[in-house]
Amino acid sequence: MTTALTHLQRLEAESIHIFREVAAAFAKPVMLYSVGKDSSVLMHLAMKAFYPAKPPFPFLHVDTTWKFREMIAFRDQMAQKLGFDLLVHVNEDGVRDNINPFDHGSNTHTHVMKTVALRQALDKYGFDAAFGGARRDEEKSRAKERIFSFRNAQHVWDPKNQRPEMWKIFNTRIASGESIRVFPLSNWTELDIWQYILQEDIPIVPLYFAKERPVVERDGMLILRDDERMKLRPGEVVENRLVRFRTLGCYPLTGAIESDAETLEAIVGEMLTARTSERQGRLIDRDEAGSMEKKKREGYF
Amino acid sequence: MRHIMAKSLAPSDGVRDYLAAQEKKSLLRFLTCGSVDDGKSTLIGRLLSDTKQIFEDQLAALERDSRKHGTTGDDIDFALLVDGLEAEREQGITIDVAYRFFATPKRKFIVADTPGHEQYTRNMATGASTADLAIVLIDARQGVLRQTRRHSIIASLLGIRHIVLAVNKIDLVGFDQAVFDRIVEDYGQFSRSLGFQTIVPIPMSARYGDNVTGRSDKMQWYSGPSLIEHLETVSVDEAAVELPFRFPVQYVNRPNLDFRGFAGTIASGSVAPGDEVVVAKSGKSSRVKRIVSHGGDLAQAAAGQAVTLVLDDEVEISRGNMLVSPAARPQVADQFAANLVWFDEHALLPGRSYILRTETDQTSATVTDLKYRINVNDFAHEAAKSLEMNEVGICNISTRTPIAFDPFAENRTTGAFILIDRISNATVGAGMILHSLRRAENIHWQSLDVGKRVRADMKNQRPAVFWFTGLSGSGKSTIANLFEKKLFATGRHTYILDGDNVRHGLNRDLGFTDADRVENIRRVAEVARLMADAGLIVIVSFISPFSAERRMARELMADGEFVEVFVDTPFEECARRDPKGLYARALNGEIKNFTGVDSPYEVPEKPEIHLKTLGKSAEEMVDTLEHWLNERDIAEDQYDSGGGI
Repeated sequence: MTTALTHLQRLEAESIHIFREVAAAFAKPVMLYSVGKDSSVLMHLAMKAFYPAKPPFPFLHVDTTWKFREMIAFRDQMAQKLGFDLLVHVNEDGVRDNINPFDHGSNTHTHVMKTVALRQALDKYGFDAAFGGARRDEEKSRAKERIFSFRNAQHVWDPKNQRPEMWKIFNTRIASGESIRVFPLSNWTELDIWQYILQEDIPIVPLYFAKERPVVERDGMLILRDDERMKLRPGEVVENRLVRFRTLGCYPLTGAIESDAETLEAIVGEMLTARTSERQGRLIDRDEAGSMEKKKREGYF
Repeated sequence: MRHIMAKSLAPSDGVRDYLAAQEKKSLLRFLTCGSVDDGKSTLIGRLLSDTKQIFEDQLAALERDSRKHGTTGDDIDFALLVDGLEAEREQGITIDVAYRFFATPKRKFIVADTPGHEQYTRNMATGASTADLAIVLIDARQGVLRQTRRHSIIASLLGIRHIVLAVNKIDLVGFDQAVFDRIVEDYGQFSRSLGFQTIVPIPMSARYGDNVTGRSDKMQWYSGPSLIEHLETVSVDEAAVELPFRFPVQYVNRPNLDFRGFAGTIASGSVAPGDEVVVAKSGKSSRVKRIVSHGGDLAQAAAGQAVTLVLDDEVEISRGNMLVSPAARPQVADQFAANLVWFDEHALLPGRSYILRTETDQTSATVTDLKYRINVNDFAHEAAKSLEMNEVGICNISTRTPIAFDPFAENRTTGAFILIDRISNATVGAGMILHSLRRAENIHWQSLDVGKRVRADMKNQRPAVFWFTGLSGSGKSTIANLFEKKLFATGRHTYILDGDNVRHGLNRDLGFTDADRVENIRRVAEVARLMADAGLIVIVSFISPFSAERRMARELMADGEFVEVFVDTPFEECARRDPKGLYARALNGEIKNFTGVDSPYEVPEKPEIHLKTLGKSAEEMVDTLEHWLNERDIAEDQYDSGGGI
């Protein structure tokens, strides 16, 4: 007789169950692919859930045009290798208005190039369910969210009036124009993600590994100067330092940490002694109290 | 805050060993529940803090928040760690369940912090549905309260068998053993019939940490474990793997003609290639050929695993069916008894049609008989006509198609369901199946030689149910009468079911509450169906204010037979006409529950025929109806003769 499942086996089974439920119950699902480590795990689970078939839905990347260049290269490489259907959406209005994190601040930039862009893409294709890689351990408003999270026709989340979610019985019914955001990694922690990447040998963007990179110290964060669009302020110097990233987003908004972790084992070892949370390196969470909840209500993932 | 210098430690072997050890840890899912202000969120904050799960930046944010919203003076308010919504921090209450994760050297934990307010009971139920243990908090100064009882009953109904009775704020009663003993005694009395396997009482102060992670030195009289010690060691094994094999089919994976796999999560038992399995609903049997997985075929799979099964031969199975052990099969029935917890602000109405969902199956269902409601204070069984929000009751349920299930007490996965409102799509209730009702198996449909078609042909007509809906005084009866006369004159066989007349006979036991209105409509719809079966053209003239009931009536009839006629006369005009003087009395408050005045009328969204009566005569309306009927009959005749009969 089989012994009990391991912790990762349980998490994996739960995520696969969620993927299949959406494929069975929705007309037009999509997976939001943000190229980070959680997206890599999500993609791996989707491949497993439908094997030997390919996942029966496309992958959508909302490109803010400010992602690290290595992320874009990795994205295209994965799409080619796994053969999934990759859609890329850019908010062209934002590009025309030259919205950027330096002149407009993280709040406006994220709202226009990410939240609004996402809503545009969902409306354009008429998706009725969208997978995201958010985890409940990331942030306290995420800890409150359902696995199947209802959005009205304006993509708004109403945190005070969520549907009860009993057992593994998911209410997948929506009216026309409404949608559901689905979070298969809800019950995973950051440590689980890394353990799983290690166990399954899942490819991730090289930016997670320590390397000498050209960084600028700004507002208490180490920002990688990924291209010439980042102008140096008086007194700022670009230095090559041994750094890596714990999370990935738009390069001007994502702080690097000094680290010599060049292997997955070393990354996990570092994590085990970490004294700060992963979102600490994200500028967008610090703008104001409750800022993640506010963004989520507006349609951010 | 500054970026930090992280140091990677340990050689990689050390990390691998550490991770291997992590993998072997068992997982305990539990929830905290109890009344408002008993300290649930504070306790979880304390657990996270004492088990070193809070990072420096989170602690800094917590200190800021505590100064702004905190209720603990200069100390850190741990509740703010879990009350993650703005509204929660502002009001200082918990609205929805938060899931948090922590681990000790012995075990991993997922904890659901659930709200204490009665109004958010459904969120407590959400947290309880996936938990194996409940920490019931009690404020030592307050003792056992109504919400303590309600949460305990719901935890019991949802299958939780292990309770920690956390008598909190013991510091505020001077660490007094007598207070503790009295509360333990009270709770023991009350919970005797709830079927808990273990109840472990612990005196504690979540705010100061007494008996949370370490034993307190302030209570020498207490010799039991600290909370963490107990959580680390309590055994909650359900051993779903020991139960008979159950595999609810979730998704049929068919990438090409050569592959047909049934994907799902094994609810109980185990399976291996070569095993015989039975399709629950059809009774057909087959054998498992392969257990397909991404990393290669598996030699066996057990409860909890999400797998894809390939069978030996082509048997008909779709989502919602179940593959099961041939030796121990589930029940398959369309009528069963169940415990029901109601979540919605609109009360449960017996007779109303809801969507019923099990893990993978879906059908429509009605509560045919609400047997009783459970009073959460004394467990009394009270007669009830409906279940209000947060109430618990026992009822009989009838589904449109049979479902496969086990009693919830035997299998938490295959014995549960939820109910969904057809219009709002809200999750309105959760059910735990008790047993099937034999009725379904014993009453077989009599197969009669003279059929509906023959009866209708003899009358040289096609049956139809014209369902007139509209406000009182909108002109339903007048138009219906004239319509029947016209049909009669052309040799049609008809019958009018009129709201007022039926209430004098068949439905004279019913009043005008929402529950009675639903039952009123259900009976009339059934009568109309029998008459249509007899080949008649039936004209139903009923206010029928709720779209859910009109839809139920529609679903009873054969396709194309139900004709919804919306007699659309504005409220002001109806009140002006007031043929029976009812509006005047209702507006004076002499009649209660009057449609359009203090009871709602839900306007039909897509009626087959929409009659706007203002400025038109009854004759014009009847012409529209007759025209519609003739068009339909012509269309059907053409279809029939083209069908090669």
